[in-house]
Amino acid sequence: MRKWFWGFLFIAFGFVCSIAAERNPRTERISGSAGDVLEDDPVGRLKVYVYELPSKYNKKILQKDPRCLSHMFAAEIYMHRFLLSSPVRTLNPEEADWFYTPIYATCDLTPTGLPLPFKSPRMVRSAIQLISSSWPYWNRTEGADHFFVVPHDFGACFHYQEEKAIERGILPILQRATLVQTFGQRNHVCLNEGSITIPPYAPPQKMQARQIPLDTPRSIFVYFRGLFYDVNNDPEGGYYARGARAAVWENFKNNPLFDISTEHPTTYYEDMQRAIFCLCPLGWAPWSPRLVEAVVFGCIPVIIADDIVLPFADAIPWEEIGVFVAEEDVPKLDTILTSIPPEVILRKQRLLANPSMKRAMLFPQPALPGDAFHQILNGLARKLPHQKSIYLKPGEKILNWTAGPVGDLKPW
Amino acid sequence: MKLSALQQSYLGRRSNSFRSSGPLDSSSDGAFKSPAAVFWLVLHGLSCLISLLLGFRFSRLVFLLLSTSSTYTSPFHSPTELAKTLDIRSVIPADPVGNVPLPFPNKTATNSRVVVGRHGIRIRPWPHPNPVEVMKAHRIIERVQTEQRLQFGVKDPRKIIVVTPTYVRTFHALHLTGVMHSLMLVPYDLVWIVVEAGGVSNETASLIAKSGLKTIHVGFNQRMPNSWEERHKLESKMRLRALRIIREKKLDGIVMFADDSNMHSMELFDEIQNVKWFGAVSVGILTHSVNTDEMAGRKKDEEENPRMPVQGPACNASDMLAGWHTFNTLPFAGKSAVYIDDRATVLPRKLEWSGFVLNTRLLWKDSSDKPKWIKDIDMLNGDIESPLGLVNDPSVVEPLGNCGRQVLLWWIRVEARADSKFPPRWIIDPPLEITVPSKRTPWRDAPPELPANEKPAMGIQDPIVKHSPKRASRSKH
Repeated sequence: MRKWFWGFLFIAFGFVCSIAAERNPRTERISGSAGDVLEDDPVGRLKVYVYELPSKYNKKILQKDPRCLSHMFAAEIYMHRFLLSSPVRTLNPEEADWFYTPIYATCDLTPTGLPLPFKSPRMVRSAIQLISSSWPYWNRTEGADHFFVVPHDFGACFHYQEEKAIERGILPILQRATLVQTFGQRNHVCLNEGSITIPPYAPPQKMQARQIPLDTPRSIFVYFRGLFYDVNNDPEGGYYARGARAAVWENFKNNPLFDISTEHPTTYYEDMQRAIFCLCPLGWAPWSPRLVEAVVFGCIPVIIADDIVLPFADAIPWEEIGVFVAEEDVPKLDTILTSIPPEVILRKQRLLANPSMKRAMLFPQPALPGDAFHQILNGLARKLPHQKSIYLKPGEKILNWTAGPVGDLKPW
Repeated sequence: MKLSALQQSYLGRRSNSFRSSGPLDSSSDGAFKSPAAVFWLVLHGLSCLISLLLGFRFSRLVFLLLSTSSTYTSPFHSPTELAKTLDIRSVIPADPVGNVPLPFPNKTATNSRVVVGRHGIRIRPWPHPNPVEVMKAHRIIERVQTEQRLQFGVKDPRKIIVVTPTYVRTFHALHLTGVMHSLMLVPYDLVWIVVEAGGVSNETASLIAKSGLKTIHVGFNQRMPNSWEERHKLESKMRLRALRIIREKKLDGIVMFADDSNMHSMELFDEIQNVKWFGAVSVGILTHSVNTDEMAGRKKDEEENPRMPVQGPACNASDMLAGWHTFNTLPFAGKSAVYIDDRATVLPRKLEWSGFVLNTRLLWKDSSDKPKWIKDIDMLNGDIESPLGLVNDPSVVEPLGNCGRQVLLWWIRVEARADSKFPPRWIIDPPLEITVPSKRTPWRDAPPELPANEKPAMGIQDPIVKHSPKRASRSKH
């Protein structure tokens, strides 16, 4: 009996030792509501089949405008390239858990580089018509085991203006599919339950190249560069960013602790590494690449966007890493930020310093373990196994192929 | 499939946790490695077995029981938002989670709180910084920077012992305050040895007492002579005196020489922490030349002296000490200052003391790990011109500051005229007896001028004239 007691004590002591050993003083382990899943390896946990679409849906579009490779919507292109050479890809669609359709829907750019979403619904429709007629897998589930990457402003609502996007809603034929999108806002039409929110694309090499020595003291309290008023599209103000950015400017333009301005300096990345807090307010859409930049540069993100759903929200505990400020509390932003206890700030910085956190926000080429591609696959793997109810009985139809505005029904 | 997936994820996690405990194992002492590793293996095997039996990750449960709750819960999520999330999750509203109050029970799941459209721009009534919050923010910044220094800065910083020779003169307060403020900003432990020619004076003592630093103030019994040559020699003697004090007190750290008129950068103090025994840094020499025409004429053939001459170690391509950059005095031959208040250029010596740093263990009498090339300071016959006189073999000097490429401090000598006088401690006491309003006063309704019964004012712009016989007026030219 004594021996069992000593044995138990032995194990308990070892347990305590192991817990202490895991805590690195410089970084902290990140565990979200799904667990410590940032370092999970999706290989072996799922199989993805990539449809072979004619190049007019992907390669030709890219050839027409190579700017699509470097703008913030480039995730769709890089995801396609990653999947083509990834070990999760299978050439046998019978054993696939997920099906991927490579459409570059966000590559129709204006001369200034902004994507026009007007043709995207038709393009997606035509692609789905193609895959539903050439392969039986779409009709089997009406797309419930298919996923699409739609990184545009409002995801699969395919419009840059929020009111129009809400009016359109998610494209009806994509209602059952899993959408991998950058847009995330709770209780919003354009966010389906079960969608995977991803960070926007930010060029990893550019950010890696502009790192400054880690012992450079962080002397800027709050940093922000960007527009406060969008005079072209919203001359009266109050519409852009729901008035939140304008409120930041009006309340804190005289405050020396807030380094905020519309001028974009050449030392933007270096300045972020010298700042403690980086503001990430909403713009026309709630998401922005600033979050990615803040995380990579170790600057605590101050997220001012009501009800936003941040990337990989089930794997990353954003509450513990960033500071969330309601839009109505913007006038009190300085009080809120200065009343955060220093230990909490140091803990947030330690969480940000964790390399797996930085890797999870980036889309490096070639892909590295733990990067955003793998987090997307992890998210898809966590949704497995598919429920039996998604498989339709023969002849059963749920989706309405003729729903939506008339313009969408035109062939592409 | 479920079990195999579990196994897979477990194997993945096992490699992770070995990865994280790996470096710790290697860093810990070799003798303690086996018990910890055994603990871990046994524990791990047991957890594996239990999880297999139970069908879920056993360690999750234990972490939940043992985890420390975070002390800072986010106050930013209002109860309505929490209610919203609960609303969409519970499909059957009959059994809601009871621990969060639902203040708006009639809102449906699809009703978003966020409305698209024009919103007001909220501006608070006084959109200016609150001083209390500004101070809090500065404290936060300080704390973050201290943490950064702890993590990424110099590991195990050593105490810095600063040696400053000084004497009371007009610009004494100016120079000493400058050095004092630089030293007050140094984030490491500091001891300041101030050696004063002419004996300890109250002026110096009151100045350095304001610093809050640990100071050792000694007097040197000779008065400072009036020529630069003699002054340099006396300063060398004073510095040796300070080194003897260090030896007597067995102070441990790094000695640096901060002349009172020099300008130091903060990176200097970080860089000298890297010295092992004897180091040298590059000193920028700021010689001022009074005659600008001469400078313009000299520019054409001035390829040897760079715009700002630098004294210090010179390295070869493989970053080893190859020689010394010294100051080229030839262009100044015959035109340099001889006496302290000359208007001509003041030249530095070949190698200034301030460009060298020493480990105090070199000075101790019986230190077992002292290298052989250091001379004992008691055995010196005569004075030394620069700390290189203390070493037998100058090639052992370590070049600091990126092998001498970074200039970390600047040398300049600026002194006032010999006959210039100044109020003691720069306090005008007792107050002046007569003040004469200046004609250019901005106040229109000033009273008419008082009948002036004083000697004519010597300072032309000065409206205040000193009249007390005890006070000597400052002559301006």
